[in-house]
Amino acid sequence: MSLGRREFLAWGTAATAGAALAPVISLVELAQARSPEEAASSLRRWGLLIDITKCADCDECVTACHTENGVANNGRPRTDAQWIRKVNLRDKRTAVAQTLPLMCQHCEDPPCVDVCPTGASFKRDDGIVLVDKHTCIGCRYCVMACPYGARSFVHETVTGQRPDVPRGKGTVESCTLCVHRVDRGDAPACVEACNRDGGKAMLFGDLNDASAEIHRRLHAEPSAQVRADLALDTGVRYQGL
Amino acid sequence: MTPTQFREIEGRSGGFFALLCTLVLLVLAGLGAAWHMEHEGHHVTGMSNRIVWGTPHVFAVFLIVAASGALNVASIASVFGRDLYKPLARLSGLLAVALLAGGLSVLVLDLGRPDRLIVAMTHYNFKSIFAWNIFLYTGFFAVVAVYLWTMFERRMNSHSARAGLLAFVWRLVLTTGTGSIFGFLVARETYNSALLAPLFIVMSFSFGLAVFTLVLMASFRGTGRALGDALIARLTRLLGLFVAAVLYFVLVYHLTNLYIARHHEVERFILLGGGIYTALFWIGQVLVGGVIPLALVFRPGASRSRTAAAAGCVIAGGLAQLYVLIIGGQAFPQALFPGKEVASSFFDGVVASYSPSLAEIALGTGGMALALALTVVGLKVLPFLPQSLSDAAIDPAET
Ligand code: SF4
Repeated sequence: MSLGRREFLAWGTAATAGAALAPVISLVELAQARSPEEAASSLRRWGLLIDITKCADCDECVTACHTENGVANNGRPRTDAQWIRKVNLRDKRTAVAQTLPLMCQHCEDPPCVDVCPTGASFKRDDGIVLVDKHTCIGCRYCVMACPYGARSFVHETVTGQRPDVPRGKGTVESCTLCVHRVDRGDAPACVEACNRDGGKAMLFGDLNDASAEIHRRLHAEPSAQVRADLALDTGVRYQGL
Repeated sequence: MTPTQFREIEGRSGGFFALLCTLVLLVLAGLGAAWHMEHEGHHVTGMSNRIVWGTPHVFAVFLIVAASGALNVASIASVFGRDLYKPLARLSGLLAVALLAGGLSVLVLDLGRPDRLIVAMTHYNFKSIFAWNIFLYTGFFAVVAVYLWTMFERRMNSHSARAGLLAFVWRLVLTTGTGSIFGFLVARETYNSALLAPLFIVMSFSFGLAVFTLVLMASFRGTGRALGDALIARLTRLLGLFVAAVLYFVLVYHLTNLYIARHHEVERFILLGGGIYTALFWIGQVLVGGVIPLALVFRPGASRSRTAAAAGCVIAGGLAQLYVLIIGGQAFPQALFPGKEVASSFFDGVVASYSPSLAEIALGTGGMALALALTVVGLKVLPFLPQSLSDAAIDPAET
């Protein structure tokens, strides 16, 4: 079977057009990615969807997070910072066991932000809850207020800091949703690790973007918030709870 | 009634200097402890990521609560027009300021970054009850200072009642603010009660009066001034009343909690199975801080040593009460997933362990010592103390 002249021409034109369009398409993609200087936009709301039926007995996400953010283990479990942890659940009546990663839930109405006296705890327009390391006075009121135990107080001198991730003794810190990666268009380290080496349970995306998979799944499938009774409208949602 | 004569204390005796030196040493020890904690980081304390507010907060909250309560005596005189208490108003104001200064020092020195105090003073989040408290505390100093001025300055005496009323209202708001620091923590079962604010107010009455009575008796004894039995009897009875009120509010607080199913577990923890916290609740808070002082105070036949013992018990019991509330409240695990057993590297689902470190205790007692040292110095430099409070010197009609 041979290609007729007509068909050849048609395919050829299409291929040429495609080749010419490709850079335009990647340009559009580039234009959509955020520059580091660009302010976070309230049109977006970053979030996570975690399917705990897929969450295996591993801690790839925890390791990846702490490596990415330079959170060192000093061998003092009571005071070492934990930005993300694996929580094992066992139903009191049925004894069914489950495991899931828990981190800052990036609430729409975060109690930590409400109580912080200096405004060091704040929520970016795109929903990421952060601590300003320059204005945190280390009062730990936010730790008292967080329902999720998501915050750690830096109990000793910090070593091995990563350039992108400021930390400091005497201040409070928690999951930043890897804001430094998100701002360059990447997914948080935990999500990347889970999808590479773990159970592929974690999905990251813009909850407001109708074309995003996280948006589609949240609208098509049941999901739950941890302590939904507190009505904090968390940015991290779970499936299979 | 002859106008009360006020006079500075001599402050020349060996006993006075020994007292001052001891207090200064305790303050220095507290400062050293704070430096150690800041330098090494809080991992050298008993605190952890689960117990972020430790023993320093117990002392700090006690002092702040007692500060507003110490002002009560002055309020009774000026707001409720009881002339019997008028000669005590100056000391009452002095103690209020000194106790607040002691408490705030502990609070600030326990911050992760006390060097950023200026940040706390220049950046405000008005949604935060903590930020409001900063205003309430600084305002309290100012209001009490003005109040004291109206008492000291003869020309201003006529404004004293109004200043006293302002101070009284301010202190009520301040204690409500302190109680609300805990009451606003929606996620913590232990604190989630509207009763916390009124409870803090009666606690402040009781703790403040206990401190006031002890300081009054000690300073009159130390300076050899006359202190009449009638006045002591009054203060003692008042203390008994406040202690009973605290017990009553504690009872109501726990009864309402027992009525709410989701608070059952935390109630069982505090009242029955909480180890040290249960022991501190029953023995420290209820027995030493409540039942014993009541028995001492209302037993017929007054005695000064019994009043002093009762006041001491109230202070010890108050510290126990705040320990149970602040530290016990954090030790009890937060309900992350109701209906499920939880376990994690963050000690979710288990009672957090905590034992106070020496540094924390030193910082806390340093704050107490600072409050007393300020009081002692105040008594020496300004005429806070009446020359005599003998029964004859105070209004017999009132007794
Ligand atoms: S510890 Fe820092 S971030 Fe948290 S409430 Fe205090 S000042 Fe704000």
